[in-house]
Amino acid sequence: MNIPERTLLRRLFLPYDITSMAPATKVLVYTLLVLWLLVVLFPLYWLFITSFKLPIQVNDGPDFIPFIDFEPSMHAWHYILFELGNDTLRPYINSVIVAFCATVFCVLIGSFAAYALVRIQYRVKIGNVLAFLALLGLTVFTVTSLGAPLFAAAPVAIILFVFFVAAVGRYFRRALGNDDILFWIISNRILPPVVVVLPVYLMFQRIGLLDTHIALIATYTAVNLPIVVWLMRDFFAGIPLDLEESAQIDGASRLRIFFTIVLPLARPGLAATSLLILILAWNEYLLALFISTADAQTMPMLVAAQNATRGPQWWYMSVLIVIMIAPIVLTAFLLQRHIARGLLVGAIKG
Amino acid sequence: MAYLEARDRRDRVAEWVDRNAGKVFILPAVLTLLAFSLFPLLVSAYLTLTKLKFAAGGFTLRYVEWLNFKKLIFGSQQYHLLGTFDVFGIVDWLILGAIFALLLFFFVRYLIRPGTTVVGVVGRSVAFVVAGALALLLVATLGGGFPGSLVVTLFYVFAGVSVQFALALGLAVLCAQNIYGRNLFRVVFFLPIMVTPVGIAYMFRMLADTHKGPFADIWTWLGLADFSWAADPWTARIVVLIGDTWQWTPFMFIVLLAAIENQPRDQLEAARIDGAGGWQIFRDITWPAIAPVAATIVLIRLIEAYKIIDLPNVLTSGGPGIATESLTLHAFVAWRTQDLGGSAAVGYMLLFVATVTCLSFFNFAGRRTRRTEL
Repeated sequence: MNIPERTLLRRLFLPYDITSMAPATKVLVYTLLVLWLLVVLFPLYWLFITSFKLPIQVNDGPDFIPFIDFEPSMHAWHYILFELGNDTLRPYINSVIVAFCATVFCVLIGSFAAYALVRIQYRVKIGNVLAFLALLGLTVFTVTSLGAPLFAAAPVAIILFVFFVAAVGRYFRRALGNDDILFWIISNRILPPVVVVLPVYLMFQRIGLLDTHIALIATYTAVNLPIVVWLMRDFFAGIPLDLEESAQIDGASRLRIFFTIVLPLARPGLAATSLLILILAWNEYLLALFISTADAQTMPMLVAAQNATRGPQWWYMSVLIVIMIAPIVLTAFLLQRHIARGLLVGAIKG
Repeated sequence: MAYLEARDRRDRVAEWVDRNAGKVFILPAVLTLLAFSLFPLLVSAYLTLTKLKFAAGGFTLRYVEWLNFKKLIFGSQQYHLLGTFDVFGIVDWLILGAIFALLLFFFVRYLIRPGTTVVGVVGRSVAFVVAGALALLLVATLGGGFPGSLVVTLFYVFAGVSVQFALALGLAVLCAQNIYGRNLFRVVFFLPIMVTPVGIAYMFRMLADTHKGPFADIWTWLGLADFSWAADPWTARIVVLIGDTWQWTPFMFIVLLAAIENQPRDQLEAARIDGAGGWQIFRDITWPAIAPVAATIVLIRLIEAYKIIDLPNVLTSGGPGIATESLTLHAFVAWRTQDLGGSAAVGYMLLFVATVTCLSFFNFAGRRTRRTEL
């Protein structure tokens, strides 16, 4: 007697065939996905419409839909882009220069190292490493507590190190291999930037580079380098060796092989890695907080400063945040095919 | 002639570069890291033992031994780093006893098992002592006391990473189904990672406003219109955590989704034909296939989560009081008050806790998912 109901229930909860979902499951899946879609999009939507509101519209409580709940106005955009003009433009250009240069340097230097770690066998004598560390510690000690100038201590230490390696280096037996070097490079990422930023600050202050593009670019390159090495290594490992070997037989140099054969083949990896580094450099906050004050001020600094200087004027802030997000989203859309693949390869041993 | 000489010189340079390709390729990276990681790390270690003094025409660093650490752990800054302790009640003792017994059990089990190594014993000793100390700290501050920046950071890291991983895994499983608009979901879900954390902080301040925010009517309806989440320690921390989750779930999601889509198709189909249910398939096929990626992605997030500063600094300025202050923010606050040594000492505490946690997780997960690598 219950057959019609049972078939209805069956139809709801059992799939038609093994490759598709039951209707009830399907409804659930779409509901959850759309729910998260709203969680992601609503804050961005709110940000976007707030940038078109007048102060009075914001203060009077929530208005949701432009043209119906409120009349959009360009006043905040006009204020940020034209009245403030240079005050907005300068940090923006700073950010573009710093993020772009840091990404290029970081990906280039990191790819060099990653490729070398895949194709060239290194043997670093542990004794030499220990000697180097000891001399480095000694240099830091003499400079900081004995007051010796760095430009005198550093060359002395380097010369001592070279002598040491030439004299006793070959008596050491135990050596570190490529995996150890890789581990050391990647482990640098565990280092919280706040630990190293104080000496970096003092260092740049000493050589008069504080609050310049160069200081920011160099620091950003260094902190993001481990990620590039780690991601790119797996891309290079996936490139067949015969191509390079035949180029070598034809007399091409290592550098030439790298630039004309290896890099073009690793293009998806380069795209994904560059995007990631670009995002990290563009949004970087802590290091900029220490190293840049006025001239080299970047966008995150400008946005964060809004609160301190004028209280929460949400319409202006929204404009700033929107123009900060825009270029990254644009770049991401251009590169989006590569993102997932690029990130995955890094996460799995090649 | 000059042209030929120049070409000759160029050839010789090229030849030298090629002969020393190994060094040429890796030296830029190594030198950068030495200059901006290792060297500052050592200088910073020295700074932790000093006190900044302003003198005529600049400043001097006075050597003060372990004073900075003493101040943080036992002295005037204890409330800031560790928190204010509560008197232990019977429940506190019971919880602590259980945790210590568990740690001891794992340690002894490792000792009596065959294949015990010196490195293993030392590593586990350090990890368990740190875990025990942190447990003591948690019990002492979370009951009736007031947690300091260390406990708050641990809350951001562990609560944040767990919530983000659970959400990301769920979304990735849903998104890997055979559905329409998969690419739309994928692209949209990836968006938050591109928003600057400072921007996210302001965005969530707007959204969480009980008078002008979009949910004002709901707040009023709940009778909470005058409730200030920024004035209550736990709601303030949770708002920070929500912002962090909104930002970082996509990163885990996109990697987990790619891993799920990469799992072996034939096994899946065979399991379906044999009539395996969704949960069975997930547990026996999908999870083992994605476990290495999952471990790696959790490790990456652990490492990055310890560095949190922008959200608490902008969203709540570390307040109310010091309730939402992370260790990095604590170090920055110390630096701003010209306590250079104290700032470096806080940084070193962070480095120590982060390193022990990450290495422990790496070893723990590494043993279970053999294919993982850092």
